[in-house]
Amino acid sequence: MRNSKLATTLLLLGAAYCLLPVVWVLIAASKSSSELFSTFTLAPSTHLAGNLADLSGYRDGLYWRWMANTALYAGLGAAVSTFISAMSGYALAKFDFPGKGFVFNVILAGVLVPGVILAIPQYLLLARIGLTNTYWAVLLPSFISPYGIYLARIFAAAAVPGEILEASRIDGASDWRTFLRVVMPMMRTGLVTVFLFQFVAIWNNYMLPFIMLGNDKLYPLTVGLSSLLNQGASQPSMYTTVVTGALVSLVPLIALFFTLQRYWQVDLAAGGVKA
Amino acid sequence: MTLTATRPSTTAPPVSRKPASSRRARVPYAFLAPGLVLFTLFLAAPIVYAGYLSLRKVKVSGLGLGSKSRTEVWAGLSNYARSMTDPDWLPSVYRILGYGLVVVPVMLGLALLMALLLDAGRTRPAISGFARLSIFLPYAVPAVVASLLWGFLYLPKVSPFGYALDRFGISAPELLSSSWVLYAVANVAIWGGTGFNMIVIYTALKAVPTSLYESARIDGASELSIAWRIKIPIVMPSLIMTFVFSMIATLQVFAEPMTLKPLSNTISFTWTPLMKVYRDAFVRNDVYSAAATSVVIAVATFILSFGFLKLVGRRAFHQEES
Repeated sequence: MRNSKLATTLLLLGAAYCLLPVVWVLIAASKSSSELFSTFTLAPSTHLAGNLADLSGYRDGLYWRWMANTALYAGLGAAVSTFISAMSGYALAKFDFPGKGFVFNVILAGVLVPGVILAIPQYLLLARIGLTNTYWAVLLPSFISPYGIYLARIFAAAAVPGEILEASRIDGASDWRTFLRVVMPMMRTGLVTVFLFQFVAIWNNYMLPFIMLGNDKLYPLTVGLSSLLNQGASQPSMYTTVVTGALVSLVPLIALFFTLQRYWQVDLAAGGVKA
Repeated sequence: MTLTATRPSTTAPPVSRKPASSRRARVPYAFLAPGLVLFTLFLAAPIVYAGYLSLRKVKVSGLGLGSKSRTEVWAGLSNYARSMTDPDWLPSVYRILGYGLVVVPVMLGLALLMALLLDAGRTRPAISGFARLSIFLPYAVPAVVASLLWGFLYLPKVSPFGYALDRFGISAPELLSSSWVLYAVANVAIWGGTGFNMIVIYTALKAVPTSLYESARIDGASELSIAWRIKIPIVMPSLIMTFVFSMIATLQVFAEPMTLKPLSNTISFTWTPLMKVYRDAFVRNDVYSAAATSVVIAVATFILSFGFLKLVGRRAFHQEES
């Protein structure tokens, strides 16, 4: 009995620690800029609508453009990356071919390469072909995810029985058709996980777009918000806009997170989703 | 895409089998092609290019005017020497070591504790479900936004703790002052990472058949000794993987201190090694030195992660080695 009270208390303390900044931003976004630093921090106010209007009005709705950019980078980037990971993972799991061990080890090493180390040479390479400061500069590098391929390989190995591939072949389906109609649906749960990983990784990415983009119309939310915060240092009235922007940026991700939470069962070591 | 059909035809003469099977042999390469092309372009090529740049430098001839006067020449290891003797380099390395010593054990310790508490099932399902989601929630918050929120909460005028301490006549510590700023940044990373690692460990615990615990309980083992003797050894591969990934993440801290920078003048432009890489490349326009530093960080990452995996007997990837 005593044990269970202690366990409950510790879990609730952990939850409170994790919710504190989220609760704070919800309250802070309702304050006017004069109240932000003068009223008790957890006392709500009535300026949320006005703050939202200010946020929308900032440079003709630049903030919403950042949000649309982020959705494009994360949505398209994660979708393409998941599809490519599925193809590669399927090939590595279900075919025997010369060089397979080498390819897999290289991809495994790629998992351990810190993505940010790549950002500067990626920038220089893309600058050389004139792609920096375009949507492609952020999209192209996010199409490839060694970790996604690694996961997809494990999902394919676990979820796609060899007999079914054989049956599909005997029925006369092409390899491409077998992949699209038989393999992809069988890997569905795993591929949702790959998609979510990559989606969150791109949505959270800061250094790559920060380096690649000079035009603030192309910014994702992370780079946009940090540039707003920088302006706040000289213009404290901007802080209210920053705080409101931070709150609004959380809404879509938290919505996605709650909708798809049952897919978040991450087994890094085995790499699998335990159904 | 050349993923053409390979119809098995029973009537076909044996002679036609040969081209069919060689076409079959190409199938896995066709599936791998897009992944490998992108891997080569955006992972392998940048690594090679960074290595190449780190060995080059610009030579200015004459007055340095005109397009022909600046040429790239072989530099040997001089960029490495210059980068490693930069007075800002060692402090940033020490800072990141201290930061890692705080973040990794605290974050993984908390993640393990929370996962064990959730798995023990001693809390009502509604409460543990709520706690699980709340603790995982920060994973969905970008590091920039997390730093921004905590950055405001660190300001004494905004912090609820500052307010409470003020009531008792105690002045709150300046969390963004030089003596606290390391912990302030570490807290953002711990806040953001605990939930994800907790889910990894919790998933590993869920995979264990409960009959294992039943028999231990019948033998009179307490929950604590079950956790210590059975559960922790079982999740060891997951702990090793989360450790390696946390270490890699520590070496590339960038977004948190960059975001907190405007709120605190104690965070310099070279606060972490990666911030120094950024400064060298884009503020000083010295991509050669930045490339050398990048290579050093990448090599350190490999040595640390492979060294650690070797040390623990590569248990983490054991399922992949068959």
